[in-house]
Amino acid sequence: MGNKLKILTKGIIKENPVLVLLLGTCPTLAVTTSAINGMGMGVASLAVLVCANMAISLLKNIIPDKVRIPCYIVVIAGFVTVVQMLLKAYLPDLDASLGLFIPLIVVNCIILGRAEMFANKNSIIDSALDGLGMGLGFTLTLTVMGLIREFFGSGTLFDKAIYGASISPMTIFMLAPGGFFVFAILVASVNKASNGKAIKKKDFGCGECAMAEACGQKTEEQEVKA
Amino acid sequence: MKELLAIMLSVVLVDNFVLSKFLGICPFLGVSKKLDAAAGMGAAVIFVMVLATAVTWPIQIFVLDVYGIGYLQTVVFILVIASLVQLLEMTLKKYMPPLYNSLGVYLPLITTNCAVLGVTILNIDEGYTFIQAIFSSLGAGIGFLLAMVLFAGLRGKLETNKAIPESFKGIPITLVTASILSLAFMGFAGMVDGIFA
Repeated sequence: MGNKLKILTKGIIKENPVLVLLLGTCPTLAVTTSAINGMGMGVASLAVLVCANMAISLLKNIIPDKVRIPCYIVVIAGFVTVVQMLLKAYLPDLDASLGLFIPLIVVNCIILGRAEMFANKNSIIDSALDGLGMGLGFTLTLTVMGLIREFFGSGTLFDKAIYGASISPMTIFMLAPGGFFVFAILVASVNKASNGKAIKKKDFGCGECAMAEACGQKTEEQEVKA
Repeated sequence: MKELLAIMLSVVLVDNFVLSKFLGICPFLGVSKKLDAAAGMGAAVIFVMVLATAVTWPIQIFVLDVYGIGYLQTVVFILVIASLVQLLEMTLKKYMPPLYNSLGVYLPLITTNCAVLGVTILNIDEGYTFIQAIFSSLGAGIGFLLAMVLFAGLRGKLETNKAIPESFKGIPITLVTASILSLAFMGFAGMVDGIFA
């Protein structure tokens, strides 16, 4: 039981997909202009992550090794379409504010990364727990980042006004530079809190990604060797 | 023509994919350590973006819309892009080895680059005509290349800087640099309208 709990909790803190593994940076930066948006994006990704992990775990013996990445992408794209249609039908406001980033869940490295790293080697229950833990870590980080940007950028928390008209909010936090900056501060805080352990683990997140073989990190290493 | 140039310039400078739309952040951070790698990746992205738009736009308009299966957009687009990249890689390898050697290594990681899928979906969402869509993809690619090359230059300076605090070393300071670069790009806002007004 302790083992199962470990699978669930590692994604939330120790291997937090965004702050430690540095995966899925695009949605992290783009949709966190408010806490609600961040949370919505997190939950949407969590749903896809759990479903895709379970499906891929079930299919792991059927999918031929050579074409596994395209197969994973099709499975993930299928679940993303389901989530996209559900959001359009029941939460049209959230769908409108997340916009393009809903279909882009397909290319979120976290999901493909977990399929490649975890789901194709482990049982369905473990895979579901792993997806749940990673998804929760992702949701939590996005919500926190959304809260920070919303608080400084528009003076609200979950759309409720916090400080009145006396201080004008710093709109820059809502814009692109603010996104990069808040993310930088969060990653730096995690580095500080873990005494630089997170920093040493890896330089850039692509290493965890399913495409890591071809990714910049490895390519540059090969170039250095050559 | 004016309109096409306006579309293109605005995605290069004002709505830069990396710095204001947050698309393609992974390669932007991962491959921008060296100038030549950044330029190679950027060139490959321009190529794939234009090609992907040239293929996905007709699919959307003449197949998905006609048969009322627009909801398959995500699945179809990602599959088309993935197979296109694979095909391109094989073609280059066989017929144009010099080009393959300079661009080929970056092709596989373009499949999962959200900027490519993003630009194809955005072109449909914006309701562009075929020509407009091609120019917007070209602009998006050029904007990506511009951001990559500028950022690679900046990162070269970061590597040798000794004054960075311990916790900020590596990723955080890179992100702060990206933040300042994106601040600089905000200065372009409204510029394109001014030129073509």
